[in-house]
Amino acid sequence: MKLFTFRGGVHPPERKELSRDKEIIRAPLPNKVFVSMSNHAGAPAKPVVEVGQEVKTGQVIGEPTAFISAYIHSPVTGKVVEIRKMLHPIVGKPIDTVVIERTDEDDWELLPHGDFEKFSKEELIDIVKKAGIVGLGGAMFPTHVKLSPPPDKKIDTLIINGAECEPYLTIDHRLMLERAEDIAYGISIIKRILSVEKAIVGIENNKIDAIENMKKVLRGIAEVYALKTKYPQGSEKHLIYAVTGRKVPSGGLPMDVGVVVQNVGTVIAVKEAVMDGKPLIERGLTVTGEGVNEPKNLIVRIGSPVSWILDLCGGVKEETNRIILGGPMMGIAIRDVNTPILKGTSGIVALLPEKPLVPKPCIRCSRCVEACPMNLQPYLLYLLTLKKRYDDAVKEGLMDCIECGSCSFICPSKIEHVRYIKLAKNVYRALRGGKK
Amino acid sequence: MKLITANAPHIRSFDNVRTIMIDVLIALIPAVIGASIFFGWYALFLSILGMAVGELIDYIIMRWIRGKKDFVPDGSGAVTGVLLALNVSARLPVGIFLIGLIFALGVGKHVFGGLGQNIFNPALVGRVFLMISFPTYMTTWIIPGAGFFKSPWDVQTAATPLMILKEGGQMNVTYWDLFIGKVGGSLGETSVLLLLIGFVYLLLRKRIKVVIPISYIGTVFVMTAIFYLVNPKFGDPLFHILSGGLMLGALFMATDMVTSPMTRRGQLIFGLGCGVLTVVIRLFGAYPEGVSLSILFMNSLVPIIDAVTKPRIFGEVKR
Repeated sequence: MKLFTFRGGVHPPERKELSRDKEIIRAPLPNKVFVSMSNHAGAPAKPVVEVGQEVKTGQVIGEPTAFISAYIHSPVTGKVVEIRKMLHPIVGKPIDTVVIERTDEDDWELLPHGDFEKFSKEELIDIVKKAGIVGLGGAMFPTHVKLSPPPDKKIDTLIINGAECEPYLTIDHRLMLERAEDIAYGISIIKRILSVEKAIVGIENNKIDAIENMKKVLRGIAEVYALKTKYPQGSEKHLIYAVTGRKVPSGGLPMDVGVVVQNVGTVIAVKEAVMDGKPLIERGLTVTGEGVNEPKNLIVRIGSPVSWILDLCGGVKEETNRIILGGPMMGIAIRDVNTPILKGTSGIVALLPEKPLVPKPCIRCSRCVEACPMNLQPYLLYLLTLKKRYDDAVKEGLMDCIECGSCSFICPSKIEHVRYIKLAKNVYRALRGGKK
Repeated sequence: MKLITANAPHIRSFDNVRTIMIDVLIALIPAVIGASIFFGWYALFLSILGMAVGELIDYIIMRWIRGKKDFVPDGSGAVTGVLLALNVSARLPVGIFLIGLIFALGVGKHVFGGLGQNIFNPALVGRVFLMISFPTYMTTWIIPGAGFFKSPWDVQTAATPLMILKEGGQMNVTYWDLFIGKVGGSLGETSVLLLLIGFVYLLLRKRIKVVIPISYIGTVFVMTAIFYLVNPKFGDPLFHILSGGLMLGALFMATDMVTSPMTRRGQLIFGLGCGVLTVVIRLFGAYPEGVSLSILFMNSLVPIIDAVTKPRIFGEVKR
């Protein structure tokens, strides 16, 4: 089998066996949800409900405030009990959050839906937008924006990201096994929106059964490429390079090389919106890690508290000291177990304590340089950040860093390059913003 | 359950500085055993002494002179100690060896800021310091294979093959002798075979900047081949790559992570430079051997090499 890949990267332990063979289960409805108005990249939505108001499942509760922003819907049928600022795990700032208490089973408010061929492109994009669909791989970039490239960008290839290169996570793997038909419909819809003929699904070859299943179901709809199992194979730029040989220019977007990339979960969300009328109010995620008693792949409503989801999985072991939203390479460690999940939460990983790592001086082993998929020199960016030479760091490609964490993973001196790079990026953005 | 703040990535590779240093020490074991077989118990003693005292000096400097109360020994001092031992004559008195080791770690490493900060390979700094300060002790070689229990001072002295070549004398060693190490020279430099075994170990463990030895040894081979074709008195290329400190230098000294370039292209240039300088010193310089000086000189160029061999960023637009 021909394997597609890129230069650099690392091979972290996969640990997918914890949940790989667990069928996806639909979680019961949560009794209380906390829906952040920042459930997407870009400007937070504006709440359009009031405290005390009754809401239906799928009813709009937040409206977009900018081009890059998204609709937000109530994940349950119930009553708005509170609208308050809650600390957002990704933004790191308090963000308006609508708290809804469930009063009943689902009473749906659906979008216009039906056979996708009866809708025009514009109508399909509008449904995707009205459904509040964002990239479910983790970046949460509003999907309707990705699907409406400016007319001067000619798109010729749709790439579906089934790499799932993050260790531990298995939800995309399960979706490709259990929901391949929905993925097929979703791909057809997106192909229609983009007017492209060519669709390619990239899957790491540690998921042979998913590759075979997808090949079977997607015949005539999309090609399935086996990717080398290597982190970060699922990085948008590296997936594009692996399957098309095209390099997204520095600072550019996939559309600059004629490509749109969508995660398999997002594709299913598009199908459900267009054909079933369901806005994005739930998602599949993997609850796993050595700290979880019963690892599972679940479908959960957005806004469900992490603690409640963990209880569905038999709770966590007492000694658990880190709970990660997302995968262990790029995910965010939360301090509060009651943090609600977001549209981009692909996993909840509970990790047990490890020996504390004491950073040592860089011994110039050059592994970070070898590992960096962006061909950056992480050791140098780290040193320049330490010396507060942010402008020089930018010249060395600071803003090109995709924060995949390969450098920090591989570093024998246990240096946290990514932490410093993120810091330098923030400082640089703030300084540059100040000059304007 | 108590959650801690942690930064991504939340999982880390198993390797750390100490495991790397321990692997380098393991890779040097064959050479140390070889040194003991060829030059006797004193060679083994110096190697073990170097390892122990090297680590001890590192600890003392860190703990009491630089005041790092939380310093945990990492094995880098031990590596320097063993490498220095392998780089000296089998007749070097203990006192002189220890002076060299203190200089190597003190001046070669810690005045620059310690682990990771030094520009020059500490063991080579120690070796060159001893060469200049105690030239007679450092260049008195003994014939190999006199027996493990024999004191080196009772063993006949011998010239190294490179000295014989320099003086135009009659060569009486075979390639096989050079390959297994049955010739005069520093403790650990003579056996190509044993050094290669250690190198393969590091290669399998992915602990080595592999481009450097290939480009270094390759350059020496090609250059000496050209000179040999011009005039056979320069010695043939096979002789050159098998003799002297080339293997020890190219496999274990030039590849020192701290003092070598970060990119593959840089490592290629670094090895090339080491090779050219070594050949020039061997064939035209005042010394019979030039590995140490070549590597030290190239060490000083590493910042420049790093600056001119930056990798092209993925997706970088040509300007």
